[in-house]
Amino acid sequence: MKKFSLGRVAVYVVLGLAAIPVLFPIYYGFVGAVMGPGDLATYPPALVPHELYWQNISDVFRSVPLGRFYVNSAVQAGVITLAQIVTSILAAYAFAFLRLPAKAVTFGLFLATLMVPWEAIIIPNYLAVSGWGLARGGLTYLGLVLPFLASAFGTFLLRQAFLQFPTELRDAAVIDGCGHWRLLWRVIVPLSKPSIAAVGVYVFLSAWNQYFWPLILIRDSEYQTLQIGISQLNDAEVAQPGLVLAGVALSLLPTLAVVLFGQRYIVRGLTAGALR
Amino acid sequence: MTSTPPTVRRGTPARFTESGLGWLLLLPSVVVFALFVFWPLGRTLYLSVHGNDLFGAPSVFVGAEHYREMLSAGFGKVLATTGLFTLFSVVPAVLGALFVVLLLEARIRGVRVLRTAFALPFAFSVATASVVFAVIYNPAIGVANGVLGSLGIDRVNWLTDPSIALPAVCAATVWMNFGYNVLVLSAGVAAISPEVVEAARLDGASGWRLASRITVPLLSPQLFFLVVVSTIHALQSFGQIHILTKGGPDQATTTLVYSIYEKAFAFGSSDFGSASAQAVVLLVVMLGCTAVQFGVLERRVHYR
Repeated sequence: MKKFSLGRVAVYVVLGLAAIPVLFPIYYGFVGAVMGPGDLATYPPALVPHELYWQNISDVFRSVPLGRFYVNSAVQAGVITLAQIVTSILAAYAFAFLRLPAKAVTFGLFLATLMVPWEAIIIPNYLAVSGWGLARGGLTYLGLVLPFLASAFGTFLLRQAFLQFPTELRDAAVIDGCGHWRLLWRVIVPLSKPSIAAVGVYVFLSAWNQYFWPLILIRDSEYQTLQIGISQLNDAEVAQPGLVLAGVALSLLPTLAVVLFGQRYIVRGLTAGALR
Repeated sequence: MTSTPPTVRRGTPARFTESGLGWLLLLPSVVVFALFVFWPLGRTLYLSVHGNDLFGAPSVFVGAEHYREMLSAGFGKVLATTGLFTLFSVVPAVLGALFVVLLLEARIRGVRVLRTAFALPFAFSVATASVVFAVIYNPAIGVANGVLGSLGIDRVNWLTDPSIALPAVCAATVWMNFGYNVLVLSAGVAAISPEVVEAARLDGASGWRLASRITVPLLSPQLFFLVVVSTIHALQSFGQIHILTKGGPDQATTTLVYSIYEKAFAFGSSDFGSASAQAVVLLVVMLGCTAVQFGVLERRVHYR
């Protein structure tokens, strides 16, 4: 089947050319992080480091409290992810297995929340959450997560997964005296782990990457999230791109790990999204 | 007196009927959506027809005044910028990803590695990607001008030249969305039944013919999904504009969402009334997009 041909070579060449603009910013983000001022702060800038300048990594921690930003983002994204998984599992079970009055209408209202852009309702949310005093001190954590504790996307995706179970399973479990609660946590949830992981990966990435809400909400820099911290680092250290890129590279590690190791769950979530 | 409703099952706490349990399970989500989606939705409409004092507290009813303000040239420019930004960040990213995914279909070695490589931008957040591009676009020491310089071309003020800034921000956005688009289209290609492709190959179709007659038509649901989702995503774009240009130079990159941010939050401005009216416009535009999505999907389903 495979034979050498001019067409095949052309495909490699074109793909190689297309890969340059796609891969260069990634390459530069990481390699620039270990480039010294001699390579970066000159014109024209070097594309390959003449020497590895690891000092950027330690300097960036001196310029901004990157470790603290990491903790803040981990708390914010971690709480949002756990909470959305739990609330989505509960709601999905109700939609998939229980007889409820007005179920279709309620499900429609859940889906309707997907059509409301967060940016269109951010002002009243900001007024409410900051008005409740959740924009200062340790309460900032609460303000960061409170609007994002439930997810129509997660509910929808898990409901789809739960509907795959035969209805006999539910009836058998109920007749055997295994109540809904035990059926949910002992049978349904363990068997739905891949779908739950897909929801978890998605929710974590979008929470970790949030920008608008933390930007306007957080007033104490101690509670700044990583994304805002990196953007402030960029504003503060324009003259030292190596330092800025070191911050970028360090902040990318968790999402890079999630994308590389969670790739099959991401694709799973994508196809669920495509069916939506 | 002792007759229990048939819906009460042994094993569930006896005090719950099935629908009672159901509502209890829905309660956490319902509370979150009520407090942070539906109530703010009404509140946005309320704020959009009220004036506000210097601190942003709503004052008197002003009717459609904030909406009338939008008839000014300034807001027309915001809408035009939003349209251009959407067009030039969605179309190149979808077509580019389609091109790459089709090429990856050629049976060559290293396809898996290449596919992962092309999907990598997905790992970047809007903020980290924007900061990398800010460094690349730096007029004095950035790589973009470095490359131009080595080709003998004059430096470009990527983010401060009013005619260049919007294309530059669009280019960064295309890059950010590229990985996601590649992932979606690759999943779509993987879902095409191998028999169909094999049959077409046996009939002598290959290369361009196979792509244009078989692969692309079979990918149309994913392509359509991507266009709608990317459009919705582009209309909501904020981080890259905030990091790269702050809406400038001379409003050249002030999109609808950025304009909402500026009116409501930037420079200590608390013009929540006008900002809310613009938020209503955003809401209507987005609902329009969703309606198109469902309208076309519906037709496609009927067609089958």
